[in-house]
Amino acid sequence: MEVPDTSESWKTKINTVAIGATQDEGGTRAGVVRVGGAGCIPGAAYEGDAGERPVVAVEVWDVAPDNWPAELTRHYGDALNDPGAWAQKGIEMGADLVCLKLTGTHPDAADRSAEEAATTVKAVLKAVDVPLIVWGCGVPEKDNKVLPACASAASGENCLLGSITEKNYRTLVAACLADGHKLISESPLDINIAKQVNILAQDSGFDLKDIVIFPTTGALGYGLEYVYSIMERGRIAGLSGDQLLQQPVISDVGAEAWRAKEARASDDDVPGLGPAERRGPLWEGITATNLLQAGGDIFIMRHPEAMKMFKEAVDEFMGVGSV
Amino acid sequence: MYIIGERINGMFNDVKGAILNKDGSVVHDLAKRQVAAGADALDVNVGPASSDAEGALMWLVEEIRKVSDAPLCIDTAKWSVMSSVIPKVPGARIINSSKADPEELEQYMGLAVENDAALVTLTIDKQGVPSDVDRRVEMGALILTTAEAAGLPADRLFIDTIILPVNVAPQQPLSVLSAMQQIQMLADPMPHLLLGLSNVSQNCNERSLLNRTYLAMAIACGLDSAIMDPLDTELVDAAITAEMMMGKSIYCDSFLTAERKRKQLSS
Repeated sequence: MEVPDTSESWKTKINTVAIGATQDEGGTRAGVVRVGGAGCIPGAAYEGDAGERPVVAVEVWDVAPDNWPAELTRHYGDALNDPGAWAQKGIEMGADLVCLKLTGTHPDAADRSAEEAATTVKAVLKAVDVPLIVWGCGVPEKDNKVLPACASAASGENCLLGSITEKNYRTLVAACLADGHKLISESPLDINIAKQVNILAQDSGFDLKDIVIFPTTGALGYGLEYVYSIMERGRIAGLSGDQLLQQPVISDVGAEAWRAKEARASDDDVPGLGPAERRGPLWEGITATNLLQAGGDIFIMRHPEAMKMFKEAVDEFMGVGSV
Repeated sequence: MYIIGERINGMFNDVKGAILNKDGSVVHDLAKRQVAAGADALDVNVGPASSDAEGALMWLVEEIRKVSDAPLCIDTAKWSVMSSVIPKVPGARIINSSKADPEELEQYMGLAVENDAALVTLTIDKQGVPSDVDRRVEMGALILTTAEAAGLPADRLFIDTIILPVNVAPQQPLSVLSAMQQIQMLADPMPHLLLGLSNVSQNCNERSLLNRTYLAMAIACGLDSAIMDPLDTELVDAAITAEMMMGKSIYCDSFLTAERKRKQLSS
């Protein structure tokens, strides 16, 4: 008996989004990072084009974090006080690009000003020549001041800026249009709202092809399976022709994994769980590897060992199922 | 939902007048408005408007092509007109239609295959519209096997299970739904299931309500295409909503706008 061909055929591809601009393109980056482009579900390259290789963005803050566990800080040392040096360290660890989180602009944190944030953006752009992601503190009023200043400071560099939400999108859309950046659209683990945010951006004149979706991330043991199913459902809808879900996906893995007590706790606190130097990076690496299979395209990460583990998984994964 | 706009039909007085006076602007306007409202294809039917069916049909086609590249659903019951017109129509074509009679099916499927066209087939034979479910399903099976033998792929085959006005044949709406469900069991991959929707409400009151209610019911039973009036906004809204409820798209607050934009972008 003939074995039936059960492979699926997909109508459309996930959009390819380029981040960064070289000198020829009006920026100062050494290269451009391309994400997305998949024409099949992850790990099923026999059904279509596997698309661009998923990438790692090292998480960098504009202020030194005061609550990172020692297992993380020991790899960065003094660089945590200098976003440029921090970004350089991350690239040395193997990251493909930098994600600068403007945590220090939060009114409850250092409440740094828009001008200070813009200066930090320029410093990081100067320190490294990879493309840049710039992420606000998540307080709408503050982001609406800070992010346009950062967009303007990085004009021409084709950064990825975020994030817009259902409630707050107009200002950032306008800033990205004006200064030529890509946009992160954020939704709270809700596929309907993910679509809605994209349609709001589109209605404001933004091209759906310049958007990356942030569907919210959850770590292993803390909602990972829920995130997985949301990402999977979105990807299947995107491949089936839904233009509002045809965007590449960004996952904020490092921040979520290192919130888990299993990753953070010192050896003295949880003697039964194995050494922190192994436990922490494993928690982050496994979270990332899982979301790779759900269709993640950009992974924001923290620990060098987790990045290494993840990149090895990507090597293997990109080969799976190709013919 | 694959929507075939029904408005370019000589049965309507504006189109009849346009054909008689060779007034292209009426046709341009109807073609553009139907496509803008969500029509994927346009039905072209001279109806009783002209004694020169072929000439009038080609005139309509040429006028539409001045403003739209949408697939044209060439609607005539005369084989002589159909076989002569189809090779001359530029762009994508749908042949509308063939009855489920073995010889006629072979003839029409040959025309469709030769010209890379799609074909609408009706579950009607020489005895007319069947009154029961089984006879419709039987004809559906005949259509499917003939298409396979002729090499007409499923995505270019439409099966129209024929709906009669609800005031004339009150049992028919339910029979048609049942027939659609059973025909789906027979084929993989599925051809398109089609209805000439407006017929369900011919000479009835509350036509728009009847049309959109039946459309939603039929979509739940597998209907994926209809010859209908895309200018009836509530009808198109009902189609979008029913398809979303069937899980063919994912809800978002702007789901009506989103689906209309999707159509515009992919056309």
